[in-house]
Amino acid sequence: MRTRALAYRIIRQFLRDKRTLALLFLAPLLVLTLMNFVFGGASPAPSIGLVTVPGTSQETVSQQLRQAGATIRGYGDSKSGETALEHGDIDALLDLGGAAPRIALEGTDPAVSKASLGLLQQALSPGAAASGSMDGKLQVDYLHGSASLSSFDAFGPVLVGLFGFFFVFLLAGVSFLRERTTGTLERLLAAPIRRWEVVAGYLGGFGLFTLLQAALIAWYSTSVLGLYMEGSFWLLMLVNLLLALTALTLGTLLSTYAGNEFQIIQFIPLVIVPQVFFSGLFNLDAMNEWLRHIRLVMPLYYGADALKGVMLRGEGLASIWPDLAVLFGFSLLFALLNVLALKKQRSI
Amino acid sequence: MDHPTLPAADLRQITRRLGNREVLRNLSLQIPRGRLTGLLGPSGSGKTTLVKLLAGIDKADEGEVTVLGRSMPALPVLQRIGYMAQSDALYADLTAKDNLVFFGKLYGLRGSRLQERIAAVMALVALDDHLHKSVAAYSGGMKRRLSLAISLLHEPELLLLDEPTVGIDPVLRQSIWRELLQLRDGGTTILMTTHVMDEAEKCDSIAFIRSGELTAAGSPRELMERSGASSIEQAFIAMGEGVTA
Ligand SMILES: Nc1ncnc2c1ncn2[C@@H]1O[C@H](COP(=O)(O)OP(=O)(O)OP(=O)(O)O)[C@@H](O)[C@H]1O
Ligand SMILES: [Mg+2]
Repeated sequence: MRTRALAYRIIRQFLRDKRTLALLFLAPLLVLTLMNFVFGGASPAPSIGLVTVPGTSQETVSQQLRQAGATIRGYGDSKSGETALEHGDIDALLDLGGAAPRIALEGTDPAVSKASLGLLQQALSPGAAASGSMDGKLQVDYLHGSASLSSFDAFGPVLVGLFGFFFVFLLAGVSFLRERTTGTLERLLAAPIRRWEVVAGYLGGFGLFTLLQAALIAWYSTSVLGLYMEGSFWLLMLVNLLLALTALTLGTLLSTYAGNEFQIIQFIPLVIVPQVFFSGLFNLDAMNEWLRHIRLVMPLYYGADALKGVMLRGEGLASIWPDLAVLFGFSLLFALLNVLALKKQRSI
Repeated sequence: MDHPTLPAADLRQITRRLGNREVLRNLSLQIPRGRLTGLLGPSGSGKTTLVKLLAGIDKADEGEVTVLGRSMPALPVLQRIGYMAQSDALYADLTAKDNLVFFGKLYGLRGSRLQERIAAVMALVALDDHLHKSVAAYSGGMKRRLSLAISLLHEPELLLLDEPTVGIDPVLRQSIWRELLQLRDGGTTILMTTHVMDEAEKCDSIAFIRSGELTAAGSPRELMERSGASSIEQAFIAMGEGVTA
C-alpha cells in the first residue's frame, strides 16, 4: 500500500515533467539514430576486382555483383589483382583462378569489408550470406585488419544496451538525489514506511517507465533503424528491461554518495565510461588477461553479451540465461545495498 | 509500556554529535502529555536536532529517546506522530492534493476517509481554494501551511512542529493557534519550536535550550518568576545567557 503510494507518486511526477519523459524516451532513440547514420548508413558500393580465367562461369558472378551495386574490374592474373588491392584501387579481390575461389579484402574499413564480403558470398553461394555463416570452402584473406573488426551490426546491440542503461541511470540518480536534498526523503521516513518499501516504491514507479523505454528502444532499433536482428523481440525487450533495472538500482544507490546533481554527473566518467570500453564496443583480445577480467563486475558487459547473442546470433533463453541471471543478481544486490544505505537516514 | 500518566516523550541524557561538534550535550527533557510545549533557544542551539530525534529520523549517539512508551526509532510510533519539518518537504512539481494524497496514504488513510481529512486540514489552514494548485505556484507562507496540514492529516497523538508559524501573517497565525489549542484540548500533545515570544507565552510549558544544553524548563509564569523578568522575552534573554535561577 505504501509502496504503491510511492510508485504512484513517482509516476505522477513523471507525467507532469514532460522534458524528463522526453529525455528518457527520445534521447536514446536520437542517439541511436545518429550512431546509425555515422556507422551504419548505406555502405559505400565496394569496387571489386575479378581475376578472370577464360572458360569459367565468372560471367554470372560478375553480373550478379554488378547488379548488387558493386563496381567490377577485371584482372588477367592474381598478381595484377593483388597489386591493385595493395594500391587501394579496389576494396576486394575475387580470385577464381585457383582450385577454390579465393577472396582477398583490403580490410581497413570494416563497413566496406563487410559489404564486399556480403556481396561476394551472395554471388558465390546464395543463401550463405543470409545465414551469416561463412562458406567453408571459401578462403578469405585480409590485407589489413581481420574479420574480427567490428561494424555497426556488431556493436549496434551494445549501443542499444548502453543508451537505455545510461539515461535510466542518470534519471534515477538525479530523482533520488532530489528526494534527499529537498528534505522529502527525511519527511518520508518520518512516516511509518519501511526502508525496503521506499526502494520498492522507486522500483515500481520507475519500473513502469523503464519497461516502456525498453520496449520503445527494442522496437525502434529493429523496426525503424533496421539493426540486424535474428532473435526474438521479446527476449530483446527482456534484456533491455533487466539492464534498465540494474541502471535504476545502481543510479539510486550511487546518488546516496552524491551531494548535488553535478556530483551525479561526476559518476559518468567513473561508472558509465569504463563500462562502455569493456562491454564489447572495442576488441579486448589484445588486453592483459587480468585487466580483461574487470568486465566481469560490469553490468553492461552482461547486457551487451546477451543483446549480441539475441540480435546477432539469434540465441534463445537457453543460451543467454546466465547473462540475465547476473543482471538480475546485480539489480537485487544494488537494491539491497540501497535499503542498507537508507540506514544513514533512519536506522529502522 | 505506554501509559496515559507517562510523559509523551522522554529524553534521557541525550548527546548528539554532528561533524565533530556536540550539538546536543547530555540533555534530559520530558514532554508532558496533552500539553503544548514550546522549545525555545537561539538559532543553532539544537532545537531542530532535538525534534528530529523525537521524530525518529535521527539517532542519538548517547542516551535514550522514548516516545509514546517506545524507545525510538520505532515504526508503530511513527504512525502516531505528526511531523512538520523546519524546511518544507513538499513535492513542488505536484499539486497540493497530490502531496496530501501521497502522505495520507503513507499513514494508511484511503478512500472517503482520506478525502474527508484532506478537506478538513486544508480548511484549517485556509488553503481549501488552492487544493488543485501546483505547489511550485505556492507562496512561502502557503507552503508552510500545507506542511502543517500534512502533519495533521492522520490525527496524530503527538505533533512535532518545527517553527510552524514562520512566514504566516498575524491573522492566519491567530486562527492556526486557535486550532492548535483546540487540538490540545482534545488531548493531542504538541511540541513546537518557535522564536516568537508572544507565542511562547501561550505555551503550557517552555523548555529553553542553549548550545545543546537545557537551561530551563517550566511554565511561562514559573520561568518569569525564576529569572525575575517581567516578560518571556526578557526571561529568554536572561536564560539564553545561561543565567538560570
Ligand atoms: N549535518 C550537520 N553537520 C554538522 N553540523 C550540523 C548539522 N546539522 C546541524 N548542525 C549544527 O548543529 C547545530 C544545531 O542545529 P539545529 O538545526 O538543531 O539548530 P536550531 O536550534 O534548529 O536552529 P534554528 O533556530 O536556526 O533553526 C548548529 O550549530 C548546526 O550548525
Ligand atoms: Mg531549527
